[in-house]
Amino acid sequence: MNETATMRTARRFALLGAALVAPVAFYPIFLMKALCFALFAAAFNLLIGFAGLLSFGHAAFFGSASYVTAYAAKSWGVPPLLAILAGTVVAGIMGVVFGWLAIRRKGIYFAMVTLALSQMVYFYALESQYTGGEDGIQAVPRGDLLGLIDLNQPLVMYYFVLAICLLGFGVVYRAIHSPFGEVLKAIRDNEPRAISLGYHTDRYKLLAFTLSATLAGLAGATKALVFQLASLTDVTWQMSGDVVLMTLIGGLGTIWGPVVGAFISITMENYLAELGSWVTVIQGTIFVVCVLAFRRGVIGEVVHFVSRRQRKPQLVDEPGIHRAS
Amino acid sequence: MLGWLHIAVPPAPALFGQLLIGLINGAFYAMLSLGLAVIFGLLNIINFAHGAQYMLGAFCAYLVLNYLGIGYWPSLLIAPIVVGAFGMLLERFFIRWIYRLDHLYGLLLTFGMALIIQGVFRQYYGSAGQPYSIPDLLAGGQDLGFMFLPNYRAWVIAASSVCCFGTWFVIERTRLGAYLRAATENPTLVQAFGINVPRMVTLTYGFGVALAALAGVLAAPIYQVSPLMGSNLIIVVFAVVVIGGMGSILGAIVGGFALGIIEGLTKVFYPEASSTAIFVIMVVVLLVKPAGLFGRTV
Repeated sequence: MNETATMRTARRFALLGAALVAPVAFYPIFLMKALCFALFAAAFNLLIGFAGLLSFGHAAFFGSASYVTAYAAKSWGVPPLLAILAGTVVAGIMGVVFGWLAIRRKGIYFAMVTLALSQMVYFYALESQYTGGEDGIQAVPRGDLLGLIDLNQPLVMYYFVLAICLLGFGVVYRAIHSPFGEVLKAIRDNEPRAISLGYHTDRYKLLAFTLSATLAGLAGATKALVFQLASLTDVTWQMSGDVVLMTLIGGLGTIWGPVVGAFISITMENYLAELGSWVTVIQGTIFVVCVLAFRRGVIGEVVHFVSRRQRKPQLVDEPGIHRAS
Repeated sequence: MLGWLHIAVPPAPALFGQLLIGLINGAFYAMLSLGLAVIFGLLNIINFAHGAQYMLGAFCAYLVLNYLGIGYWPSLLIAPIVVGAFGMLLERFFIRWIYRLDHLYGLLLTFGMALIIQGVFRQYYGSAGQPYSIPDLLAGGQDLGFMFLPNYRAWVIAASSVCCFGTWFVIERTRLGAYLRAATENPTLVQAFGINVPRMVTLTYGFGVALAALAGVLAAPIYQVSPLMGSNLIIVVFAVVVIGGMGSILGAIVGGFALGIIEGLTKVFYPEASSTAIFVIMVVVLLVKPAGLFGRTV
């Protein structure tokens, strides 16, 4: 049986309903954290899953936006929406610059270039006078939304974060299901062919990179207000690794994979927090297992299973980056 | 005029001191990027675990000293063999399965391995560094008149130069190296000539890892032995590799030393930029010569 549009719409409404009532069952702060990381992972997935570019430096955008938003809200007293906008715009501009540099190389070199560029951002954050060094920027005020709604109530903040993240997911969804998204997939699967068809692939890659960086920034900016904190953790290479892991668990190149992966990863972090360094070991093990035996990720496996039962042509045969570059 | 000059030209001891530190760092960059290049050449993967394996080398020396009483000199041989063998096991049981996939999976797999190795050592030894003393034979130093040269540092530079150029010689000038280069170009054909390519791949990976471990032992008395000693270093080495390009063995060696020296000089003239100097150079190289200084277009 084919999946009909009605079913898809019904599923979407069911998910939205679940998101609306979720604070009944879970701590809002946990949900907000998971949502921010889900958006971060979705932004990252836009790049690797649909353009085939593995960025190992996405923490640079996430963290920088977080710092800018925290600084604007705390030192300048900017209202929350404007502070988030400021962080997002800065991440977008950085995305243009980093993307412009990084797309000169392909494959693993691209990954190494983004990693090195983000390490520059880390050193800047460590030494700059604006970022508070090891302490970060603490006690960031959440402020009032449009001067009316107090964001210090957890439930209000949750719906605010949910709205922002839905907006972000919407942008990712639109980008993937547009002619632009189709060209990205063509570039991912066979770049020389896309070039010979007359596409300026570098422009598409740069646009995808910028969009991804902007949305990663949106996630980081929102996170700064949720935790009222911007810290060095957000710009480390470990953070870049975390987002890769989330996307890998959920499924590269799937729409819902990053969201599922982020929720799994954040839940795991919550329960394993007291284990200390073993968390790193467990994360590493998941990386190894995912790469060796579970490359489709949770959502990818589900899609694969369903489509095989229906004997349809496979929607997801191998994850997004299967093509050697 | 003279006042300005006085600020711009630092006193000679400081200049040569930083130059020496740069040369030391460069020695490690060269050894590590050389190992990365050798592994990449044949296996087509970027070994993200290289930093962790460098750390393993240092820890191996530290552990055999503290538990078995085996000193520095035997460690120079023991650590590369032990860690190299460990690397071969990793290749045999894990990395082997992903050769037919995109290169990026190799990066992710070895990244996971690096997390595991570092996590285990951090659990048992914390993040603080463990001291490892300089061997008696190399204690002290020479006064060269314009600067003081500690013997151990001179030894590190000499030893790593010998290793690097030895590796270059084996790969570029011997029959074994010729097989290796041929297998890099066309593994199927080389196999058809009766050479056991899978075994060669395992040995090559083991050799690259052993080189990292040797660098770790050399580094142990200079930097402290700590679980995270390799994790930031490897990112700098990645930048070195991007600058040099992976096309040439000699490029990895020369690039490593040169960038270490440049970094050291930055510390003298503009200290604020010293931690990012190599990354800035990488950006400039990407703008001017995207394929890297010694690289082929990829």
